[in-house]
Amino acid sequence: MSEVTVRKQKVRKNHTKKRLIFFGLLALALLLVAVFAGRLVPYDPYEQNLSLSKLPPSREHLMGTDLYGRDMFSRVLIGAQTSILYTLVLVLIISVGGTVIGVLCGYFGGKADSIMMRISDICLAFPGLVFALAVAALLGGGMSNAVIALAVISWPKYSRVARSQTLAVKTEPYAAAARMAGGNAWQIITRHILPNILGPILVTAVLDIGTMMMELAGLSFLGLGALPPTAEWGNMMSTGRSMLQTHPWLVISPGIAIFITVVIFNLLGDAVRDYLDPRNSSR
Amino acid sequence: MKRYVMKRLLQLIPILLAITFLSYGMMRMAGSDVVEQKMENTNASVSQDVIDAARAELGLDQPFLVQYGVWLSRLLRGDMGTSYVSRKPVFSTFVGKLPATLLLTVVSILLTILVSIPLGILAAVKQNKVTDYIVRCFSFIGNSLPNFFVSLLLMYLFSIRLGWFPVISQGITMKSVALPAMTLAIAMSSKYLRQVRAAILDELSKDYVTGARARGVRFSVTMLRSVLKASLVTIVTLLTLSIGSLLGGTAIVESIFMWDGVGKLAVDAINMRDYPMIQAYVMWMAIIYVFVNLVTDLSYHCLDPRIRLGGMEP
Repeated sequence: MSEVTVRKQKVRKNHTKKRLIFFGLLALALLLVAVFAGRLVPYDPYEQNLSLSKLPPSREHLMGTDLYGRDMFSRVLIGAQTSILYTLVLVLIISVGGTVIGVLCGYFGGKADSIMMRISDICLAFPGLVFALAVAALLGGGMSNAVIALAVISWPKYSRVARSQTLAVKTEPYAAAARMAGGNAWQIITRHILPNILGPILVTAVLDIGTMMMELAGLSFLGLGALPPTAEWGNMMSTGRSMLQTHPWLVISPGIAIFITVVIFNLLGDAVRDYLDPRNSSR
Repeated sequence: MKRYVMKRLLQLIPILLAITFLSYGMMRMAGSDVVEQKMENTNASVSQDVIDAARAELGLDQPFLVQYGVWLSRLLRGDMGTSYVSRKPVFSTFVGKLPATLLLTVVSILLTILVSIPLGILAAVKQNKVTDYIVRCFSFIGNSLPNFFVSLLLMYLFSIRLGWFPVISQGITMKSVALPAMTLAIAMSSKYLRQVRAAILDELSKDYVTGARARGVRFSVTMLRSVLKASLVTIVTLLTLSIGSLLGGTAIVESIFMWDGVGKLAVDAINMRDYPMIQAYVMWMAIIYVFVNLVTDLSYHCLDPRIRLGGMEP
């Protein structure tokens, strides 16, 4: 390898690292806003004041007010708490759960493996949202139930990745050596398999945050997620929808909040992927 | 080939059995049934006797396995039952909703092909130039917008501001299908653009392209005759997968635009616990699943004869 290529690669590595740090900080800032939203809001997001109903955006009310005179900017900020934190919980559940299932299936194989993979086939084949709607309708409304509904249908993505990676690692000479040295399944999984599959799982998880946030908001939009008066971006848009003609900001401000959040997490996901797996970068 | 197709179609039977049984079980576990849902919706207070009579009439008082058995034996005689809610035959109701979903599927897929393939090729050819960045930027934005937001934005712009299209659909017309199809096409194109670009780039980096160029073959000829043809496998897979999921109906978009397709039907049936209707939908999805997989495998084989059909001698 010539010195020039090595230097080029170093520059590039440096660049992806900077990108990762930048978007990581942006995502962190977003998280902090979500966590401390209660202290950042200029008005009480739940206090109704009908004399201030449906005001257009102004200096006092940056995003206007809704039907009940609640400040939209405060509601969007508080909504971040619901939307972002529940999404992160959801992604955490499915990535950990899916990985555990995938690793166990890949490592032990057998009948349980083929049954689990059939189930995940079916989950992947069905239009996700209709399936989630069915589960959510069975469980009833509420944000936690929406999270459960989406978790039920979304884990196969992770178990697929985890399973195929496990199968690959299992045949590596070092895994065989560990087995021959008398390591039991638990040791081999935790010491050899997990560290090797963590990268791809992490990439899938970070890239999934945006998608899951949109699906969670979609369920709320259809009335199967957050219940009013809880401020959540999807259900705020659903409420604002009937006033789209006269008061478009009621739909547009929470919509833009979702958009910005999804953009930040998607960019972070791309950065994580490029950092961990430069071969697979977007070139 | 014929035997292979037959074998694959026979797989449909166990899949249908398993999936209808599962969905029946799931609905039962929910605890609530159509009688309760109807009462909730009308807010009427009815005596327990009336409720029991209504349940007995629909056979809901029977044990779960008996109910499933009755439904299955009727199905084998070609009777899909009647809807618990509308009291109309399930089969004709379901088939009646298909044209709307088919039209939406066809129009949005055509739009997606028209947008994503040319732009994907353009971005690949102009790799890392301004055009590429602009195209990728659009695809990124499209990927980050939830489709209900896109629906509402399009509705605001084209229906309310410009008045070009109706706000809610007025029957199955080209004018009414425009906005829902555009919504779906925006989401799909943004996704496929990247994949088309990656597939073309992958192909362009192969030696034969350089070879062709060295021999003085015009770039457009290489592009059309070889590169595009080789990338078709990727593109076709993507398209058949999305056709499959579109045929299942798109709950959100259909309900926003009041587009009367199977997605909306399914959501309504789930909300009302209309078991026979849900079963019809679930079977429809299973059939699509098997067909889409079969068509994908067959098209692989046709586009690239090196790929053998699984479990069969070439």
